[in-house]
Amino acid sequence: MNPSALIAEDEPLLAQALQAELARAWPELRIAATVGDGAAAVQAALQHHPDVLFFDIRMPGMGGLDAAAELADAWPPDIPFPALVFVTAFDQYALQAFEAQAVDYVLKPVQPARLKATAERLRGVLAQRAARGADLDATLGQLRHLLQAASPAGAPQRLLKVIQASVGSAIRMVPVAEVVYFEAADKYVRVVCADGEVLIRTPLKELLPQLEPQLFWQVHRGTVVRATAVDSVQRDEAGKLHLVLRGRKERLPVSRLYAHLFKAM
Amino acid sequence: MVAIDWSAKLRHLLQTLVFCALVATIEQAFSSRQAFLPSLLYSTLIGTTIWAVVDLGRHLMPSAAETGWPQGWPGLLLVLGGIATGFIVGKTLGDLICTTFGLFPGRVVNRAADLRSGMLITLLAGIAGSYWFHTRNKSEYLLRKMREALKHAEDARLKVLETQLEPHMLFNTLANLRALIAVDPVRAQQMLDHMIAYLRSTLDASRATTHPLRAEFERLGDYLELMKIRMGPRLAYTLDLPEELAGMPVPALLLQPLVENSIQHGLETKVEGGRITVRARRDGDRVVIEVLDTGVGEAAGASHGNGFGLTQIRERLLALHGERAVLDFQRDGAGAHARITLPIA
Repeated sequence: MNPSALIAEDEPLLAQALQAELARAWPELRIAATVGDGAAAVQAALQHHPDVLFFDIRMPGMGGLDAAAELADAWPPDIPFPALVFVTAFDQYALQAFEAQAVDYVLKPVQPARLKATAERLRGVLAQRAARGADLDATLGQLRHLLQAASPAGAPQRLLKVIQASVGSAIRMVPVAEVVYFEAADKYVRVVCADGEVLIRTPLKELLPQLEPQLFWQVHRGTVVRATAVDSVQRDEAGKLHLVLRGRKERLPVSRLYAHLFKAM
Repeated sequence: MVAIDWSAKLRHLLQTLVFCALVATIEQAFSSRQAFLPSLLYSTLIGTTIWAVVDLGRHLMPSAAETGWPQGWPGLLLVLGGIATGFIVGKTLGDLICTTFGLFPGRVVNRAADLRSGMLITLLAGIAGSYWFHTRNKSEYLLRKMREALKHAEDARLKVLETQLEPHMLFNTLANLRALIAVDPVRAQQMLDHMIAYLRSTLDASRATTHPLRAEFERLGDYLELMKIRMGPRLAYTLDLPEELAGMPVPALLLQPLVENSIQHGLETKVEGGRITVRARRDGDRVVIEVLDTGVGEAAGASHGNGFGLTQIRERLLALHGERAVLDFQRDGAGAHARITLPIA
C-alpha cells in the first residue's frame, strides 16, 4: 500500500504549496488530510493513522511540537508511530534542536531539492520501520528534548513563594508549598490545594520557570504536580500511568512523555 | 574599572624618554657650561621615575576608574608627588651611578645652584609632561565615550529593525509569495507590491522621521494585506481614518508594533482568528488612535504588556510630545485594546 501523510499548516496557501511540492518529490505519497491547527492535527492523525506527519511549528492553539507530544501520548500501541517532519519558516533555536535530535524538518519556502532529499530519507525510514517496527520511546525522547529546547530557558527566575489569586473582590494568598497541582484550563490555570482551588490568569508556561524544579514536576502538557503530594503511581490495563494524590480524590494521568520520571530507586 | 592597556603604557614610556631627551637638549642649550651626557642621564632617570609614579599610580586612585585619570585634588597631588619623588629618586640614582662608575667627575661645581635649577627644570618639565598626558587621556576618553554612545544608538536602531522585520514573518511571507506565483500570478504581484511598500517604509522609518497619518494607515494596510493573504479567512480588518486627521504628522510606523502585537499575540495563536480595528478620532484638541483586536486577550500572558514594542512607542511619544502624549494598553477576555492620545500638532 502507498504511504500516506498528514499536513498540519495554518496558512492555507502554504499547505497547498507543500502538497503540490510533495506530489512532485514523492509521487506515490498519498495526502490523507490537511488541517490548520494542532488540535485538529491530533484528531486527524488518530483517525487516519498516516505514515508521515508534516507539522508546522507555529500553529494557532497548539503548536506542532505540542501536537506531536499529545499525539504520541494518545497513539494506539499496536500501530507504528508516524515519521515526524517539522515545518518552519525561521527559528534558529528549533533548528539547532532538530539537528541535535536528528529530527527531520523542512524550511519554508520549500526548496524542491531539499524536499526531495527529505522524501528520500523518509522512504528509507519507512522501509526500515516495516522491517523492525517503530521505536516510540526514541520518538518520545526526541520530543522531550525538543520541548525543553522550545520552552523559555535562560536564567532561572526567582522562585514563587505565594500564589496570588483574585477571588471576587479579594486577593487570596496561597502558599506555593500547599499547592497539590496546577492544571491549565481554557483561559486560566487551576491552582488545586488539598482543601480547595483558585483560578489564576498566568499561563502555565510562564508559571513553570518560577517553580522549584525538584518539587514541581510537569507530568502532562497541562499539568504540573507537587512531587511530595503524590501518594503512589498506578499503571492501568492500557499501560498508562496515573497519580494517586494525598488529600485529593482525583487521579492525574501521566503523559507518556513524562512517564520516565516515575521509576523505583 | 578600565583595564590597563600595556601597549599604551609602553608608548607613554617611549614618549617620556623622547621628552627627557628634549629637556636635556634644551637645558644644554641654555646653560652651556654643563656637559650634555650627564644632563641626559639625570633627565632620563628623573623623567622615567615621574612617569612610573604618575602613569602607573593613577590607576590606583579610585576616581580614575571611569576616565583613567584621577579627578580634582588627588590628580594634582599625584602629579606633584610624582615630580617630587622623581626628583629625589632620579637625582639619588644619578649621583649613585656617577660615583660608582666614576662618570663625569668634573660635574659637581656648584651644588646649591645645581640643585635649584635641577628642581626648577624637573618641576616645569614634570608639569608640562603630565599636562600633555592628561589632555591626551581626556580626548581618548571622550572618543571612547562617543563610540560607545554611537554603538548604543546603532544597537537600538537594529533592535527596532529586528522587531519590525521579524525573520519568521519575512520567510513565511516569501513562502506564500512563492506559492502564489504558481497559482495566481496577479495576486502574487499585488502581494509583492505590498511587501515592497512594507519593506521600504520599515527601512526608512528606522531613521527618526514623521509622516502624515494617511501614510501611516497606508503602511498598516500593506502589512495587514500581507497578513491577510497568509492567514486567509482567519484575519479581518478595518482601518478607519477621518479625512480631517489624514494630514496630521505622526512618528513613522508608530502604530506598526501595536498591529503586529495584535497579529502575533492575539490572532495568530487563536484557532478561529479574529478582527483588527485601527481607528482615529478627534477629541477636542487631541487625537485618539486605537488599535483593537478580538484575539486571545489576557490568555496571551502578562509578560508582553511591557514588551519592546510598547516601550519603544512610549519613548518616541515622550521624546516628541512629553507628558501630553499617552499610550494605554490592556488585555481582557475579549482581546487587546491599545489607545494612543496625542496633542494635535
